[in-house]
Amino acid sequence: MKISIDGLHKAFESRIRLGIMSALAVNDTLDFSSLKDYLNVTDGNLASHLKALEKEGFLTVQKSFIDRKPNTKYSMTKDGRKAFEEHLTALENLIKTQK
Amino acid sequence: MKRKEEDYMQDLREIRSIMERSTKFLSLSGISGVLAGLYALAGAYLAFEIFNDQEELVHGIPVGEQVWDLLFIGFTVLVLAIGTAVLFSVRKAKKREEKVWNSAARRMLVNMAVPLVAGGILVLVLLFKGLLLLMAPMTLIFYGLALYNASKFTFSDVKYFGFVQVVLGLLAVSFTQYSLLFWAFGFGVMHIIYGIYVNYKYER
Repeated sequence: MKISIDGLHKAFESRIRLGIMSALAVNDTLDFSSLKDYLNVTDGNLASHLKALEKEGFLTVQKSFIDRKPNTKYSMTKDGRKAFEEHLTALENLIKTQK
Repeated sequence: MKRKEEDYMQDLREIRSIMERSTKFLSLSGISGVLAGLYALAGAYLAFEIFNDQEELVHGIPVGEQVWDLLFIGFTVLVLAIGTAVLFSVRKAKKREEKVWNSAARRMLVNMAVPLVAGGILVLVLLFKGLLLLMAPMTLIFYGLALYNASKFTFSDVKYFGFVQVVLGLLAVSFTQYSLLFWAFGFGVMHIIYGIYVNYKYER
């Protein structure tokens, strides 16, 4: 696990990745275009961040076709949820201790 | 160190905002609530004019012209209210730079649809069985349940709004002689109050 000293997960340093995880934490599954709407990013940018999170084992990807158009759905894995929750706790603690 | 703290705060704010935006439909406009209330009041007034002879409603089964008038008024109010809500939601979503038809909107509508369709069918059955006095209370109860159900996917205050409608519906069923008044209060006055409240709380 790549975790820095303060308990923050390296994978969530990017705000886009953090955004992806936030959206998936409260939605069972989301497709690519919904994620794009919430995050206001370009296709390429979003795709590369999704790939990175998938490599970490934080996301599962389900590919299917709707009306012959490819539709990719993402959901959070157990590991992903655990890492995200730990990251949130770490953020909260950092803010508390710095005050 | 100071800069970092601001970063963490910003991270948390962003997380919160995305969680909210991705689960809740927040493009409902207060103004469309006020307008829906006005349509309902106008509709209730017309219905009142047509059926000022309440006796006929209690005992007789006035199937005929009047029933179609009533149906026409109800349908017009419904179409106007939905049309206005859609129009203003599209505008508000544009302002917020969001899509109006997102997954939160879908979820909200699906959760509303089950009680609403059940209520709609029930009201039509009541109409054709001549049980006109039960119609207004039933629309209030089922609309209230639909709102209560949908509140998880939009402003949480909608829950109380729905609850009030259910209570008004139950009162209307108990005091049928005033059922049209309860209906006017629920669909008219409550919509206006709620619309102003949403506008004041979320749109300034």
